[in-house]
Amino acid sequence: MAEENKVTLYGMWSSPYVKRVELALRLKGIPYEYVEEDLRNKSQLLLKLNPIHQKVPVLVHNGKAIVESLVILEYIDETWKTGPQLLPEDPYKRSQVRFWASYLQQVSESMVSVLKTSGEAQEKAIKEVTEKLKLLEEGLKGFFPNGFPNSFDTENVGLLEVVICSHLGANEAQEEALGVKVITPEKTPLIYSSITALTEIPAVKAASIPQEKVVAFLKFFREKALKSSAE
Amino acid sequence: MEDKVVLLDYWPSSYGMRVRIALAEKGIKYEAREENLADKSPLLLEMNPVHKMIPVLIHNGKPISESLILLQYIDEVWHHTSPLLPSDPYQRSQARFSADYIDKKIYSLGKRVWKEKGEKQEATKKEFLEGLRTIEGELGDKPYFGGEDFGFVDVVLVPLTSWFYSFEICGNFSIEAECPKLVAWARRCMERDSVSKSLPHPQKIYAFVLELKQKYGL
Repeated sequence: MAEENKVTLYGMWSSPYVKRVELALRLKGIPYEYVEEDLRNKSQLLLKLNPIHQKVPVLVHNGKAIVESLVILEYIDETWKTGPQLLPEDPYKRSQVRFWASYLQQVSESMVSVLKTSGEAQEKAIKEVTEKLKLLEEGLKGFFPNGFPNSFDTENVGLLEVVICSHLGANEAQEEALGVKVITPEKTPLIYSSITALTEIPAVKAASIPQEKVVAFLKFFREKALKSSAE
Repeated sequence: MEDKVVLLDYWPSSYGMRVRIALAEKGIKYEAREENLADKSPLLLEMNPVHKMIPVLIHNGKPISESLILLQYIDEVWHHTSPLLPSDPYQRSQARFSADYIDKKIYSLGKRVWKEKGEKQEATKKEFLEGLRTIEGELGDKPYFGGEDFGFVDVVLVPLTSWFYSFEICGNFSIEAECPKLVAWARRCMERDSVSKSLPHPQKIYAFVLELKQKYGL
């Protein structure tokens, strides 16, 4: 790969924010080098590329670093015209995609709260995430008034679908780790069917992590969080 | 068909001010509707059911909310005049990054610094000033964040400067002493009509802060 066009992604395998960027690169057929970072022992290079936040993902293109996953996704969409267009042409539709992608992040953060708590605190977190999922379900109806297509073409995958996949794609693993179901065909039919259809797309399947590994990671993450909040 | 633009706003909101500035920069005529956040209108609740917050722009009946999303919408629809974002994808990514940083590390802390007391306030002050110093570093010696021209990041940050006086009194510190280049930049922005007509006078904001403090015992 010529140095000028070289694309490198610095990431961590379990981060949904990194997954967003990975999916976008794969869907657009952009060749890239992936570098796994150990977030407990950040490399000097990562600290140099992202001095302000010191986080992953970091995309390096033409020797320049871009950080913050949504910023990276828009950069990718504006720079490479191959593959699906992540954002629609129409400014109003674009604003809606950006709004719901941002809201999905809030839903995801609420789910992390469920993972990190137990007892009463967890019940409260479950209530909060259920409320947010209801609003998300309503919002998605605006994009899919006739329900989610059973088989989703790669060409139609956009930014919103990428974010759904990245954050909610491991839904089954989360249910297994927690024993709590918040996304179901009865309560959240559109969200549920979107996850089912999207995780079948070849580019998404190719990037997916085996369920056991995700479950083990989530259980470990939960134990650690409960332990540190008890101290 | 003429464009109908309505802005649901609240005069002390720095998020609302961002949209006012953008609309003024582009010379867009609009109807401004002041919301009473203690008694939200049915229109606001209908147009922004998820967050129930201002600013909300209603363009030919369709609502758009969240100030950064709004600014990009305005820039994309009315792209022929006074562009806010640069055209180069890398520079756009840098502008979006700075805007995100300003929201996460400056606006969010500003909201707390005037309300808190004692040790908690000292910690918030420290973080707030760190954020300002970092963004001042991004400005460097340029007249505006985008370079020679007033742009996206300037619109995103400048509204908070109307609250600086209140932060300084409540927090007992001087922003000019810590970030002189930033204060000079704010004065430069205020020379533009779009900014000076969109920002309330700092004294008016302070009177509002005192009212809130009294009302909520802060």
